[in-house]
Amino acid sequence: MEVKAAPAMVMADAPSFEALVAPDLDYLYAFAYKLCGDRQAAEDVVQDSLLRAYRALDQLRNRERSRFWLTKIVSSVCMDRFRSERKHEHDVSIDDERHFSLFDTLVEEDPFPYSDRLHLDFLDLFDDQRLVVALGRLRPAHRTTLVLAYVYGYKAREIAELTNTSIGTVLSRLQRGRNQLERALWDVARERGLVEGARS
Amino acid sequence: MIDCKQAVQRLWGYLDKNLEQAHEEELEHHLGLCRHCCGELEFAKQIRDRLAAGVAADKVEAPVRERLERFIRGLESSR
Repeated sequence: MEVKAAPAMVMADAPSFEALVAPDLDYLYAFAYKLCGDRQAAEDVVQDSLLRAYRALDQLRNRERSRFWLTKIVSSVCMDRFRSERKHEHDVSIDDERHFSLFDTLVEEDPFPYSDRLHLDFLDLFDDQRLVVALGRLRPAHRTTLVLAYVYGYKAREIAELTNTSIGTVLSRLQRGRNQLERALWDVARERGLVEGARS
Repeated sequence: MIDCKQAVQRLWGYLDKNLEQAHEEELEHHLGLCRHCCGELEFAKQIRDRLAAGVAADKVEAPVRERLERFIRGLESSR
């Protein structure tokens, strides 16, 4: 692969590219994994993102914001992959137009009849790996928005900048993504036999 | 006066502090009267806590880190 060199004027006065990105490798890889749901894909995404970042280094105005800049690149690389793989076509179709309440479903299905902390017991079923499986059921743009907001704590206006969209679209994606997530958590738990006591 | 369906749809936005003031006031009024929606609110907080919980443990595996660092050095040495 031909690597276009980063501009000399940027590199001359600045710390090395490695010094810039190395502190964020854990974060970037974990972020990519949560979006892709697959460790090999996450590594590929981080490599593609590093290459894209290296080529665009002259666009980084403020090195104090390098993590934010890299987050934007990883988000973009992931969305490009989702589009090219048409990955969303393989996702379980979640009907997010119809409201789904996981809170009510747990009360009605009562999968842990002897529990006095039903809802917490349900969430305790989800280790990081299962959570990533559930997140994988969401539509890519909604998953990305939800991960940025609730895993990494970005504000709506920051997510709008990170995903090149409007705040209104971010808020809409959060609303729909939350509904999809509640449905996905329930579906994953049932498919894996984690709530076998459920009535249906 | 909003109903439970409207209230539940606003809960996460309320926790995110993304609601318009009038919507927030309507929701708080509803929450003051509705134990069910208070339960939904508590559960929404618990789901958010679960989503945020894994971040501290984020760690790239050593072989992956080695490959990524080699890749970065390859980029720099190619210029």
